[in-house]
Amino acid sequence: MTDLLQPTGSSAAVGSPGPAPRAGWRAWLRRAAPALVLLLAAVLPWSTLSLPGLFEGPLNSPGTLQLLAVCLVFGGLALGYDLLFGRAGLLSFGHALYIAAGAYGVDILVSHYGWDLWSAAAMTVLAAALLAALLGSVALQTSGIAFSMVTLAFAQVGHIVINRDPGGLTGGEEGLPLASAGLPAAFVGVVNTVNLYWLALAFLTVVVLVVHTIDRAPLGRTLTGLRDDERRIAVLGLSPYRLKLLAFVLAGALAALGGVTYALVVGGASPHVASSELTLSLIVMAVLGGAGTRWGAVLGGILYAYLDQRLARLGGSLPGPLGEPLFVLGTLFILAVYFVPGGLAGLGGRLEPVRRALGLRRDRAHPPAGTP
Amino acid sequence: MSTVVLLTLTGLGLAALYFLIASGLSLVFGLAGVLNFAHGLFLSVGAYATWWAAPRWGWLPALAFGVAVAAATGALVELVLIRPLYTRHTEQVLVTVGLSLAGVALLQSVWGADARVFPRPSWTSSVVGVGGAQVPADRFLLIGVAVLVLLGLLAFLRFTRYGLIIRAGVENRAMVSALGIDVRNAFTLVFAIGGALAGLAGILAGMYFSSISPGQGAALLIFAFIVVVIGGLGSVAGAAGAAVAVGLLQQFVNYYGTAGAGDVSVVALLAVVLLLRPTGLAGKVATA
Repeated sequence: MTDLLQPTGSSAAVGSPGPAPRAGWRAWLRRAAPALVLLLAAVLPWSTLSLPGLFEGPLNSPGTLQLLAVCLVFGGLALGYDLLFGRAGLLSFGHALYIAAGAYGVDILVSHYGWDLWSAAAMTVLAAALLAALLGSVALQTSGIAFSMVTLAFAQVGHIVINRDPGGLTGGEEGLPLASAGLPAAFVGVVNTVNLYWLALAFLTVVVLVVHTIDRAPLGRTLTGLRDDERRIAVLGLSPYRLKLLAFVLAGALAALGGVTYALVVGGASPHVASSELTLSLIVMAVLGGAGTRWGAVLGGILYAYLDQRLARLGGSLPGPLGEPLFVLGTLFILAVYFVPGGLAGLGGRLEPVRRALGLRRDRAHPPAGTP
Repeated sequence: MSTVVLLTLTGLGLAALYFLIASGLSLVFGLAGVLNFAHGLFLSVGAYATWWAAPRWGWLPALAFGVAVAAATGALVELVLIRPLYTRHTEQVLVTVGLSLAGVALLQSVWGADARVFPRPSWTSSVVGVGGAQVPADRFLLIGVAVLVLLGLLAFLRFTRYGLIIRAGVENRAMVSALGIDVRNAFTLVFAIGGALAGLAGILAGMYFSSISPGQGAALLIFAFIVVVIGGLGSVAGAAGAAVAVGLLQQFVNYYGTAGAGDVSVVALLAVVLLLRPTGLAGKVATA
């Protein structure tokens, strides 16, 4: 048996210098892929390519750029939420509160008090982080479903307050448009939509850098440990409460940053950003993409936001319930929970056996051709 | 004095709605461990079924039809969607979240997003004088129905075989299974009961607010969640007590405080209860 296999083994060894550089090249491509995608996304506004079916105008038209900007913002928001949900295992139903804090905070400071954008943004993110620390310290006294309920209730209070329009600050149900007078000229006007697109891309990059840095740091592994077995972390002498609070505050700050970006991209804040539906859709995004994976939530967020906007625009032309974006997305989500448990990011791994079977068949087909 | 009477009765009417929604939620959570976000959908389904049937068949058959449709929806959801995910609680929650989004959108695509005027028997819009206050008659209907349901549920749980299985299952599900009883039939039953009560709540809410809309269920559901957590997961009596506390607090603070303060004070009550008694007022099973 072994003798028979020997020749093929040696021929593979002879052939190995060939594939080895190719494997190295492939590994390099794998590592560089995110940077390449980022580069591609950054230069995209110079393309006049038209993708009929996918987008209404050419890629560099303001409409398409705004749609893409919203997609990128939601990619970042979903990954920020996944820091809590997929990594630390905290099922918060109140994440929308911090997004709303970001959107309304910067909007109120700029439109009502005439702050300049950057100091307003910094102040807002700081305040939202403080709010997250305060509410998180109460909510994390509980765990499991009770934690979900408490965060849901806190966020609901935010939603109610925003809808009641206290002191004419939030504009109630109408929302609060962002006063363009207080903004840098680069962010005003349809011509400058491209700058908003880059801003959204920058936000997504920041979130990816922060979350991936945490993933690689001991903190990331500890958070995953908390998700899997909290008692074990406690036995190791670490404080689960403090670590969870840290993750909660970080996620809150990232959400607020996303809220700021969102308010700039869509030109204001509306009560919808504070609603529990927004948190639910973040969960849908994370699960659809693959919770706890490196790129899953980003992909899920981008895909969800894209479908949501496209379906809403196509709504009139589709028959019956298909015209409701939430019907399509909700059904898609239920199917994903059943049939694609790892989400989009897990899809590659699930197809691996198929690919290997195909690859094996090809290998088996080769030797007979080569031996004669 | 008359204001206090009116506020009390209105608060109790609201508490009746919360109780009808929360008791089903609480039983479902206590027994099956499922946090059911689709409960608001059962409520809307019941309300729309009655709204559809009332002009055709008259009021009482329409009421029965609405409750039956909501109960069937609950049982169907358990059989088709929840059961295959047995013991995977996070996935179960996610499925009910997806269902609540898709279901509300489906209702919206069929009957539109706008509120519809809800039909009601003429006597419910009359007023009754109590202690100098003019109280709308539908408040008494709400309170009466809720009290009947509470007594019926307690009797069912205490005196029937299935009630015994449900109580035992809330206490310790693994042990009930180990004794050779198929708890999953009880799951379906609890979902059907929860659905029926939610449907009833939807119909009564339609009369209370005199209109229905697809999103109404979700708005009530959040307060029902709060009631469930305050009352203690899995406890029907706890849900009743918490519903009364929440309903009264909300009405009184909303009247005497600024607008919206009542909702905020309910959340504050939740925070206080959870910090002092993390398992709720009557709770002993909130381990999940």
